[in-house]
Amino acid sequence: MDPQLADPWYITAIKALILCAILLGAFAYMTLVERRILARMQHRVGPSRVGPFGLLQPIADALKSVFKEDITVSAADRFVYYLAPFISITFALSAFGIIPAGPEGSLFGFDPWVIDLDIGLLYVLAVTSIGIYGIFLGGWASNSKYSLLGSLRSSAQMISYELGLGLSVLTIIMIAGTLNLREIVDLGVWSVSPWLWPGLVIAFGTFLISGIAEVNRTPFDLPEAEQEIVAGYLTEYSSIKWALYQMAEYVNMMTAAAFISTLFLGGWRGPAFLDAVVPGISEWPFIWLLAKMAIFMFLFIWLRATLPRLRYDQLMRFGWLYLFEIALGAALLTGAVIAFVL
Amino acid sequence: MSVLSIAKGMGVTLSHLFKKPVTVNYPEEPAQIKPRFRGRHHLLRHPDTGLEKCIGCSLCAAACPSYAIYVEAAENDPDDPVSAGERYAKIYEINMLRCIFCGMCEEACPTGAVVLGHEFELADFRYDDLVYRKEDMLVGVKGSKWQRREAERKGKAVKLGFVAGHRPELEGVDY
Repeated sequence: MDPQLADPWYITAIKALILCAILLGAFAYMTLVERRILARMQHRVGPSRVGPFGLLQPIADALKSVFKEDITVSAADRFVYYLAPFISITFALSAFGIIPAGPEGSLFGFDPWVIDLDIGLLYVLAVTSIGIYGIFLGGWASNSKYSLLGSLRSSAQMISYELGLGLSVLTIIMIAGTLNLREIVDLGVWSVSPWLWPGLVIAFGTFLISGIAEVNRTPFDLPEAEQEIVAGYLTEYSSIKWALYQMAEYVNMMTAAAFISTLFLGGWRGPAFLDAVVPGISEWPFIWLLAKMAIFMFLFIWLRATLPRLRYDQLMRFGWLYLFEIALGAALLTGAVIAFVL
Repeated sequence: MSVLSIAKGMGVTLSHLFKKPVTVNYPEEPAQIKPRFRGRHHLLRHPDTGLEKCIGCSLCAAACPSYAIYVEAAENDPDDPVSAGERYAKIYEINMLRCIFCGMCEEACPTGAVVLGHEFELADFRYDDLVYRKEDMLVGVKGSKWQRREAERKGKAVKLGFVAGHRPELEGVDY
C-alpha cells in the first residue's frame, strides 16, 4: 500500500468517482454557461429553448451527440482511432484529483482531495501533457492529411507552451521548496517575502497565458482553426467521440483554472480579513476554490468573446521567443532573490 | 496587438454583458414589420362600389421579372360587372415560389389593384398550394393558405405573427 494514501483505497476510489461525476456534470453546464455568456457579449440571448432558461440544454446536447450518426473513416486505424478520445478525457480527468479543495478532514471527516502526492505539481504537468497524445494519435489514426497536419500543429503548439508553463511553475517550486500542492497552499507563496512579488507577478502572467494556450482556448485555439485546416485533429471525429474531445477540453479548462488558483491565489483558502466578519470563513472548504475557478472560467469565456485567433507563426514566435524568456527571467529573478536577499 | 487594445476590446465585450440583447423572440412575440415591408399580395376593391380594381390588363405579369404572375382577362357583363373597367381578371394567379417580392407588379398596375401586404409567413407543404389564386388574394383574406387551413381545422381565427405599421395603399385590407 502506498504510504501516501491516507484513506483506505475504497474511500479513495469513491472520492475519485464522485470527482469524475462532479467534473462531468460541471462540463455539461459549463457549455451552457459559456454559450449564454458568449451570447450576451455578442448581443444575443443564447440557448433558452430547452427547459427553464435553457437549463436542460446540456441534456439535449448529450442526447444529440449520442444519437447522431457516428462516422468512422474506413481507412482509419480502428483501435487507436477509438482509443484517442479516451486518452484525452482520461488524463484530463485524472489531473484534478490532487488539487486540494479544503482543510484536512473537511469532507465528512475525509480529506477533500483524492490523493495527496508529494510530487503533485510534477504529476499535474505530466498528466496534462499526456493528454496531447490523445490529440496527436487521434489525428494520426484518422488517416487523413488534414487531421495529421492539424494534430502535428497542436502538438508543436502545446510543446512550445509547455516550456513557459514549466518555467512559471519553477518560480513557485523555488519559493515553496516543495512539489506538494497542499503544502504550497498552506505556505502561501505571497506571504514569504515582498521581495518575491515581482517574480511571482510575472510568473502568474506567463502561467495564465501558457495555461490558456495549454487548454486550447481562444486566442490560442489553433487545433480547432476550422477556417484554415478544417478543424484540425478532430476533422474525422463525429458524434460521441467528438463530444469526448470537447469534454476533455472543458475538463482541462477547469483543471487549469483550479491549478492557477491553487498555485498563485491561495487555492482553497479565502482572504484572511474576512475572518473578522464571519469567524473561520477563510477556512471553509470548496467555496473559495470554486469562486476562484469561476473567476478564471469567466476570464476564459470573456477572452474567447473578445480576441481573434492568433496566426500559427505568431503563436509559435510568441511562445518560443517571448513567453519562454519571460518565464525564465521570472525564475532567475526569484532564484537571485532567494540566493542573495533572503 | 498591444495590451492596451486588448483591454479596450475586453471592455467592449464586458459592457455588452449588461446591455439588453437585440434578439427578437419571434414566434412568441410578434415581429415588428416596417410600413413599407413587402409581403404577400392583396387584390384590392373599390371601397365604395365593392368592384374589383383589377381590369385584367396583364401589365403586372409583363413587369414581373420572375414570371410569377399569370392573368387571363374576360369581358365584364355590363349589367353585373366584376371590375370597374371593360374587362376583369378571370384568372389571376401568383406563384409565391417564384415571387421575389420586388414590388414591380405594384408599380406597373395602372389601377392600384395589386399591392404587396405585410404577410410573410408563407411556408407550405405542396407546390400547388403556393400558387395563390384570386380568392386567396382578394381583399379581406387574412394570412397565408396554410394559416387559413390551420385556423379552419382548429376552428379559431387566423393568428398572424407580426405587427405592421400603417401604409395608405393597404387601407381597408383586413389584418
